[in-house]
Amino acid sequence: MKRLIATTAICAAMPLATLAQDKPDSLNVGMTTFLTGPASVFGVPARDAMDILVQNLNDAGGINGVPVEVTYIDEGAGAEALTSEFRRAVEQGGAEVMFASISSGNCQTLAPLAEDLQVMTYMWDCGTQRIFEEADYDYVFRTQANATPEMLAAVIYLLKTQPDFETIAVVNQDYAWGRDSWDIFRTALRQFKPEVEVVGEFFPAFGAPDYSTEISRLQGLQPDIVLSTSWGGDLDTFVQQASQRGLMNSSTFVLPLAESSLERLGSALPPGQIVGARGDHYFLHPERRDDQDFKDFMTQFEDKTGNITVYSVFHASQAIAALKAAYEKAIEENGVDWPTEDQVLAAMDGLEFQGLGGPVTIREDNQGIEAQLMGTSAENGDYDFATLENIMIFDGADITAPVGENSIEWIETLEPSFVDEVSVTTFDN
Amino acid sequence: MNFTTFLLALFDGVSYAALVFIVALGLTLIFGVMRILNVAHGSLYAIGAYATVSIVGWVLAMGAAPVLAFPLMLVSAVLVGVLIGGPIEYFLLRRIYDKSEVLQLLVTFAVFMILEDVQRLVWGTQPYFEAQALRALGNVSVFGVTYTVYQLILLPSVAIVLLLGLRFFLRRTVTGKLITATTEDREAAQSIGIDADRVFLLTFVLGAVLAGLGGALASPTTSILPGMGADMIVLSFAVVATAGLGQIEGAALTALMIGMGRSFAIYIWPEIAVLVPYLIMVLVLLVRPEGLFGSPAARKI
Repeated sequence: MKRLIATTAICAAMPLATLAQDKPDSLNVGMTTFLTGPASVFGVPARDAMDILVQNLNDAGGINGVPVEVTYIDEGAGAEALTSEFRRAVEQGGAEVMFASISSGNCQTLAPLAEDLQVMTYMWDCGTQRIFEEADYDYVFRTQANATPEMLAAVIYLLKTQPDFETIAVVNQDYAWGRDSWDIFRTALRQFKPEVEVVGEFFPAFGAPDYSTEISRLQGLQPDIVLSTSWGGDLDTFVQQASQRGLMNSSTFVLPLAESSLERLGSALPPGQIVGARGDHYFLHPERRDDQDFKDFMTQFEDKTGNITVYSVFHASQAIAALKAAYEKAIEENGVDWPTEDQVLAAMDGLEFQGLGGPVTIREDNQGIEAQLMGTSAENGDYDFATLENIMIFDGADITAPVGENSIEWIETLEPSFVDEVSVTTFDN
Repeated sequence: MNFTTFLLALFDGVSYAALVFIVALGLTLIFGVMRILNVAHGSLYAIGAYATVSIVGWVLAMGAAPVLAFPLMLVSAVLVGVLIGGPIEYFLLRRIYDKSEVLQLLVTFAVFMILEDVQRLVWGTQPYFEAQALRALGNVSVFGVTYTVYQLILLPSVAIVLLLGLRFFLRRTVTGKLITATTEDREAAQSIGIDADRVFLLTFVLGAVLAGLGGALASPTTSILPGMGADMIVLSFAVVATAGLGQIEGAALTALMIGMGRSFAIYIWPEIAVLVPYLIMVLVLLVRPEGLFGSPAARKI
């Protein structure tokens, strides 16, 4: 009888046993990031941040006792090498989760590959809104916002703080991001303030060493507003040269990605210019700066690198926070020691997690909803570079295109009243 | 476009052309004498900029006058030429002068890749900016538009001095004539006692100093960051190919054409500004495949 009961119990437990997974020695993650080339100004800080974050996570026991190990793949090696390395990391390197990528072009390339390889992949930094608007994915998720809320926040902040401007010119890098971001910005501007005149559109080459001619032209055109969604050295060069030649005395600059250049620009960025953080990524985040974990990380990062954080560091923190949250949610929901891949994928639906910024939620189309922080440059005397005042944090849900809609087409349906309806929290600094 | 706008576009064009010419000059010299297309020229340009930012930043941080930045640029350029250019020629290039051009290209490309990593190792990936020299000269207003004296006057002046100086050096000095003779016919030059190895070393170091000087002069106006060498080498190649390989005056004229073309495009049709240098190159090479000042190579019997 005893044997019968034991056999029955074992048989009954077997289906459950097949659902559980043995705890691995480690959870292996592959991360693509620029370690070479101009975009390494974001890629290397993100790598450094990831090293610290993973160390902190593992010191605290990992994910349910399993340590995380991250290996890095250089996006600077080119798309062909990147796809080979991505495939190798999954098929031979034992990576169970991938974090990809900084370049929007690389994200567009790797998303279908990740789907083919059936490996859970977080789009951890790239901005293109097209990923989930042009395709459906089961294995690909974005653990941050995209270009649409980033540009809409900039337009709305501009309209809220300087509603009377009449003319605008743009100086963007001549590649997909520069063109696409202007497309979103201009479409929104036409909806909210159609009388604004675009007096100049300049697209200097990516990596251009000199903007003198554009600056001369802008001085002649005298637009009220100069927009530039450039980043890295290009943005630094443009702002430095514009500042040296006094262009910022006659025009207000709107720089949606300038949070990442604040420290390097030093005194070259004068007060009164509009600065975006590509999400709510700011080392003096008004809602987070007094939290002990936030302060501890900022100190750790500065001790390790000698620099303050930039937005890619926050994006790295969101990717690792999402990973931890997804596995823990899957473990809890299924009552297992270690989840299967299907259980982790199921846990991604509606997942809420928090990196260094505010909370992020994964929507049903796998797009992350994240707050946007905008501010105006100011000199407060505490740092030898500009910090932000009149900070507004926008609710990401309001300014992200709804599930299944194309961003440009959605923006074309917005009314001017949208600017006042959007949920905003304002801080003095 | 009214006359004022025309003049403004002209000034912008000259200022841009000056910097492009200075960088392309070293590449032209090295190819003209040694028949080596030096891809590592872009790295020497970038290291010249990095070295200047470091040395100028270090010296000025000790309280030196900003005007000292100018001699320090020259010091940085010479250091790059001698300490990096010299060993490249001595230990590497002189072993492959008689090898195929493809191999020479691959070797200089390998040096370029190595030097890119060296830059990252020494200076990291953060962009640098050091504009003390530019600020020291101040600004000038022309028709209501503010220019920096550095870009409007200093850079074109340096370009002219280098052009005239190099012409004088090659045509009027003994060393310059030795270089020219070696260029014309290495074997004949050696047969009359010219030490071709020394001539080549001197030429390469001189070209490397010019690359470094280009970077040094660019440093106050631009961000110094990984990848800057690759961008500049592409533009320099466009200049050198359009000019006719090894043609110094041709390089000056081509740089001016590219500078002007780009500048007027930004004023009139900004959409094509990025395309202009390559459009000029294609148009010239369609009409004159050997370049503006080049001549079809004569076969040696």
